[in-house]
Amino acid sequence: MTRKFEYAPAPESRSVVDIASSYGLFIGGEFVDPSGGKSFKTINPATEEQLADVAEADAADVDKAVRAARRAYERTWSRLSGAERGKYLFRIARLLQERAREFAVLETLDNGKPIKESRDVDIPTAAAHFFYHAGWADKLEYAGLGPSPRALGVVGQVIPWNFPLLMLAWKIAPALATGNTVVLKPAETTPLTALLFADVCQQADLPAGVVNIVTGAGATGQALVEHPDVDKIAFTGSTDVGKSIARTVAGTRKRLTLELGGKAANIIFDDAPVDQAVEGIVNGIFFNQGQVCCAGSRLLVQESVAEDVIHRLQRRLGTLRVGDPMDKNTDVGAINSAAQLARITALTAAGEAEGATRWSPPCELPEHGFWFPPTVFTGVAQTHRIAQEEIFGPVLSVLTFRTPDEAVAKANNTPYGLSAGIWSEKGSRILAMADRLRAGVVWANTFNRFDPTSPFGGYKESGYGREGGRHGLAAYLDTEGTH
Amino acid sequence: MSPSSATSRARELLGVGSLTNKALRTWLHGLPGVDQVGIEARAAALATRSIKTTSKEWAIDTAIGMIDLTTLEGADTPGKVRSLCAKAKLPDPTDLGTPQVAAVCVYGDMVHIARESLGDSGIHVAAVATAFPSGRASLAVKLADTKDAVRAGADEIDMVIDRGAFLAGDYRLVFDQIAAVKEACARTGDEPDAHLKVILETGELATYDNVRRASWLAMLAGADFIKTSTGKIQPAATMPVTLLMLEAVRDWRELTGELVGVKPAGGIRTSKDALRYLVMVSEVAGDDWLTPQRFRFGASSLLTDLLLQRQKLRTGVYSGADYVTID
Repeated sequence: MTRKFEYAPAPESRSVVDIASSYGLFIGGEFVDPSGGKSFKTINPATEEQLADVAEADAADVDKAVRAARRAYERTWSRLSGAERGKYLFRIARLLQERAREFAVLETLDNGKPIKESRDVDIPTAAAHFFYHAGWADKLEYAGLGPSPRALGVVGQVIPWNFPLLMLAWKIAPALATGNTVVLKPAETTPLTALLFADVCQQADLPAGVVNIVTGAGATGQALVEHPDVDKIAFTGSTDVGKSIARTVAGTRKRLTLELGGKAANIIFDDAPVDQAVEGIVNGIFFNQGQVCCAGSRLLVQESVAEDVIHRLQRRLGTLRVGDPMDKNTDVGAINSAAQLARITALTAAGEAEGATRWSPPCELPEHGFWFPPTVFTGVAQTHRIAQEEIFGPVLSVLTFRTPDEAVAKANNTPYGLSAGIWSEKGSRILAMADRLRAGVVWANTFNRFDPTSPFGGYKESGYGREGGRHGLAAYLDTEGTH
Repeated sequence: MSPSSATSRARELLGVGSLTNKALRTWLHGLPGVDQVGIEARAAALATRSIKTTSKEWAIDTAIGMIDLTTLEGADTPGKVRSLCAKAKLPDPTDLGTPQVAAVCVYGDMVHIARESLGDSGIHVAAVATAFPSGRASLAVKLADTKDAVRAGADEIDMVIDRGAFLAGDYRLVFDQIAAVKEACARTGDEPDAHLKVILETGELATYDNVRRASWLAMLAGADFIKTSTGKIQPAATMPVTLLMLEAVRDWRELTGELVGVKPAGGIRTSKDALRYLVMVSEVAGDDWLTPQRFRFGASSLLTDLLLQRQKLRTGVYSGADYVTID
C-alpha cells in the first residue's frame, strides 16, 4: 500500500446556480436594458470561460437609478417604521442563508476564490451583516448617536471585486437599516452575485427602488459619484480611486466614507504561540489569494525567532493546495483578473530586482486562467517597493525587528493604516503594542477575523469612516440635525 | 534503552549536568505556547477536507490497518477476547480482501489468550499496564504489571503517566517512571522488545500547554508512541489535542531524527472522524506517519463503521448493522 494521501478531485456542483446569458440593470425593482445598449463580459478567472453579458450603465442609467432611489426614499422607505425596515432585512438575511450554496458557487465562478472560502466565510458573513443590522433598524435612538438620528437619503455605493457579496452586505445592510435607499455599483469583474442579490430583493418583496444595482466600470462609478442628487458616497477600493472620489465630492453637500488600501504588519514576537502564528501568517496573506485590503502582507518577525518561523512557514506552505477554485479542497484559487495578475507580477519582479530573496513552494499552476503561486520574500528592507506598496496578491514580505519599539516604528512606517496583527503570549505586551499601532483594526493572536459587531476602517491613506458595529451606523445617519 | 542511558541522553539534549526538576521545567516551559482558539480553529479547518472516491477507499483501508481493536472492561472474559481476536484477523467475512487491524489491546491478564488466538497473524498484542487507568500504584507494582504482560507475549505496552506528579511539577518522577517502564519492555536474546506507548490522559492535563509539555517529556524519556487517553476519562481523544501531539512528534523528529508514533484513543467512532484524523496526520506530521508503525486508532466501535462504509463503496448501497459482525 502506498503511503501518500492523495485527495481525489472533490468538485462542488455548479448546477445549483442558473447563470443567464445576459443581465440588465436593476432599477426601480426590475431588470431593465441600459439606455446605451452597451454591455461587457464577465469571465471565470480560473478558466477564462465567459460567464455572461452584463449591461453597462451610462450617466443616463445612473440618473434613472438615483431617481428611483429618491422616489422610493420619499414615498416608501422613509415612511416605514424601523421595525418594518427590520422585517425586510431579516427576510433578506434568511434568503441569503437559504440560497447560500447558490451564492457561494456563483461567487467562486465569478471571482476565482476557493469554494471553501465563499461557502464558509463570504456568504455566511454577508448573511450575518444583514441579521445584525436588521436588529438595529428599530433601535437607532438608543445607539448612542444622539436622540433622533435621521437617514441621509439616497446613498451611492461603489464596491470592489475581492469580496463581491460581502462588500455589498457591508454597504447595503447598514444603509437600509438606517433608512436610506441605495444605488450600488459592483465591480466590473464580479457583478454576478450582486445581480443575484437583486433577485433576492424581489423575492423579499423589498419595495421597488430601495435597492438599485447599476453595473459597469469606472465611468459608471464616476457618474454615480458625480450625481447631484446623491446624499452620500460610500466607497471601498483602491487608494488612488478613493482620492479621486474625495476630490470630486469636495465642496459638495455629499458625505463620504472611504475604505481603501492597506499594507498591514503582522508582528510575531519571540514568545508567540508559534504554530498558531504560522497559521495566522498563512491566513493573513494567502486568504483570498492575498486580495484583501487588510491582508497581513508585511511579516515583522523578531530576529531571534526569524529563522524558525520562516522554516515553519515554508514547511506549511508546502501543504497549501493551489488550483481549481470549485474543488472543496482548494486553499488558494485564481487571481481575479489579468490586470491584477500583471500588477502582482510587476511588483514581485521589482522585489527581486531590488534585492529581496524570492521563494515559492513547488506547485503546478493551471494552464488557463490567472494564477500566481504563494510567494514569500525574505531579506526585505523598508525601502523596497514590496514593503511599501500594496501588492494585493499572495505575496508576503518578511522583515525582522529586534525590539518592540522597532516593531512599532516599522509597522507604522507606511502611508496606510488599515490593520495589524500581534502575536505574543504576553497580554500586557499585546495591549501596549495595540495602543501604539496606527491601524484601524488590530488583531491579537489571530488575523483576518470579521464580525458585523466590530467596526472596521482605516487610518491615514486607508480611508475614513467605519463599517460594522455601532460606529458603522453613524456613517449613514445625520446625528446632528444638520442634514 | 536503560534508565541511565535515557537520563544521559536527556542531559545531553537539555545541555545540563544534572537532570533536575528545575532543568526539566526550564526546558518544558521554554517550548512555544499553544493558543487555544488558534489550534481549535486549525483542527476545525482540517476537518473540512473532502475525501471522496479513490481517496476514501484508500483512507478507509489505511484506517482499518491502524486500529488497536480494544476491550478494556472489568467484565472481559477469555471468550470475549478470543472473539475480538477473530474479528481482528477477519474483520469482514464477506470480503476477504479487507485489511487486518494493527493490534488487539487488552488488560495484562488477557495477553496470553490474545497471543494464542492471534498466532502468527502478524497482528500485535497490546497490553495496558502500570495500574491502568489511574496509574496510582508504586513503581514496583507498575514494573511488575509491565513485566508480566511482556512475559505473557505482549508486543506493545500502553502505560499511563502519573498525572498527579506531572501536575505537581515533579517532571523528573514522570520521566523516571517512563524510562523504567521502557526498560521493563526489554526482552532478552533475539526476541524484539515490546514497544512502549505512553498515555498522557490529556483529559486530565487540562491545558494544551500541558499536553505539549507532557508529549515532549514522554519522548525525552523514550516513548515509542504518545497516546492521548485511556478512554476512561472525558474528554478522551479530540482533534486539537491530536493535532498538537502530531506537531510534537514532527518537531521531535527535526530535533533528534527519531520518529515517534501517535495514538488517539477514545471517542473516535465514525469513518468520517477517522478520515479527518488521517488528513491531520498527512498535513501536520507528514505522510511518513501514515503507517501503523507510527499512527494508531485506539477504538472498539470504529471498526464497525469503517466496514460499513467499505461495503458501501464496494457495493454502492448501505447494508446495515446486521451485515457487519459484532465482536
